[in-house]
Amino acid sequence: MIRVILPQHLRTLAHAGSEVQLEVDGAVTQRSVLDALEARYPMLRGTIRDQVTRERRPFLRFFACEEDLSHELPDAPLPDAVTSGKEPFLIIGAIAGG
Amino acid sequence: MSKVRVLVGTRKGAFVLTADGKREKWEVSGPHFAGWEMYHVKGSPADPNRLYASQSSGWFGQIIQRSDDGGKTWHQPGTPPGEPPAPGPPKAASNKFVYDASDETGKPLTTHQWYDGTQHPWEFKRVWHMEPSLTDPDTVYAGVEDAAIFRSTDGGENWKELSGLRGHGTGPKWQPGAGGMCLHTIILDPSNPQRMWIAISAAGAFRTDDGGKSWKPINRGLYSKYIPNPTAEVGHCVHHVAMNPSRPGVLFMQKHWDVMRSDDAGDSWQKISGNLPTDFGFVIDVHAHEPETIYVVPIKSDAEHFVLDGKLRVFRSRTGGNEWEALTNGLPQRDCYVNVLRDAMAVDSLDKCGIYFGTSGGQVYASADAGDSWVPIVRDLPGVLSVEVQTLP
Repeated sequence: MIRVILPQHLRTLAHAGSEVQLEVDGAVTQRSVLDALEARYPMLRGTIRDQVTRERRPFLRFFACEEDLSHELPDAPLPDAVTSGKEPFLIIGAIAGG
Repeated sequence: MSKVRVLVGTRKGAFVLTADGKREKWEVSGPHFAGWEMYHVKGSPADPNRLYASQSSGWFGQIIQRSDDGGKTWHQPGTPPGEPPAPGPPKAASNKFVYDASDETGKPLTTHQWYDGTQHPWEFKRVWHMEPSLTDPDTVYAGVEDAAIFRSTDGGENWKELSGLRGHGTGPKWQPGAGGMCLHTIILDPSNPQRMWIAISAAGAFRTDDGGKSWKPINRGLYSKYIPNPTAEVGHCVHHVAMNPSRPGVLFMQKHWDVMRSDDAGDSWQKISGNLPTDFGFVIDVHAHEPETIYVVPIKSDAEHFVLDGKLRVFRSRTGGNEWEALTNGLPQRDCYVNVLRDAMAVDSLDKCGIYFGTSGGQVYASADAGDSWVPIVRDLPGVLSVEVQTLP
């Protein structure tokens, strides 16, 4: 079970709590986690990754295990602690003004 | 008794203001979509309970919201309201605005002019304006930044570009205004479903006579001294265009500077600024029952986006332009430095005609007597981006 922490505005859109839990088939990567997240919550499509390019939106960042994974390749494996469910995968809005 | 519902988009959420036909006591609902920029909220003329809203954020991009109950509840088209849908591929993509890049039509659509004069690819940023069809609640148009027009025929679930606009030939000459390169005005002709008008900052006004397949610039008579060729076919920073539905083809325009009118569906324009103290501004609208009565809110200049002399004044012309009177009763006449943005004025169709506008300072003012007197419905909303009004039975 993969744990994902969403920023407040995306929780509201998804009608979800701060943490959602996902089943991910196969390798656990940024891409597979986000694919599973968008499949379960299609209202989030386009809000984390661009609808066309599927690239991370520029003002969002991905963290896990106190590391910034924003610039890792989307198919790189996520840390074991994320795969095991011990640590969450965090989607965070970059801090920028009001 | 009739009612009115005022739909207000702000920088931090949407608000719905309702009153009976007297327009004296108001109920305020909101914020809806708190924390998000709500560029526009508009109701369907064919079904007043059907509302469309453009919700956007620099972090999370574009969202389209729809209400089928007059704003009580909302959902993203294609997703069930109130709860997550069943697992599986999403059936819709209500926030997927993809520019036409087909082999057949893509080549002339590739770039527009950037601020520095170089060519720049089209990049979707947000929906500025939503214009529901006059006859079909499920058909709605979206004016977007970078400038293009999209249409949905399934209640906002899926969008397709009317690419004849960007592709008709002048697209590479369009350039962004200070607020971005936005398509902000869409006017549908009630007498001719094949005809509509749009306006873009900074490209100008355009018209289609074949339902959106082909378009042509309609900027003859506009003079913009801030562009290399002041009478160019395109490049004019048109801020807003308004039309009284009873007289399709008579158009009123607030350009960057200059207030203009056209009596031939935009084929030619004449300046009607007349005795306005400044003719820079954003909003313009037309009285619901008197098609020669028009309203503007003059702004000091393109460098100072607030009202002149610290006085919030709506100017009304009862002669179709040139002769203007200041309307000040109930509006602040000292120490006021707000702006009124291009989509932030609307008129109801009651008798007497109600006029509404919202300010960058978060006030929404209403006049129940065609502008003779004004009262604030609310004073302290976030900065207002748009105001629309529905007249309900």
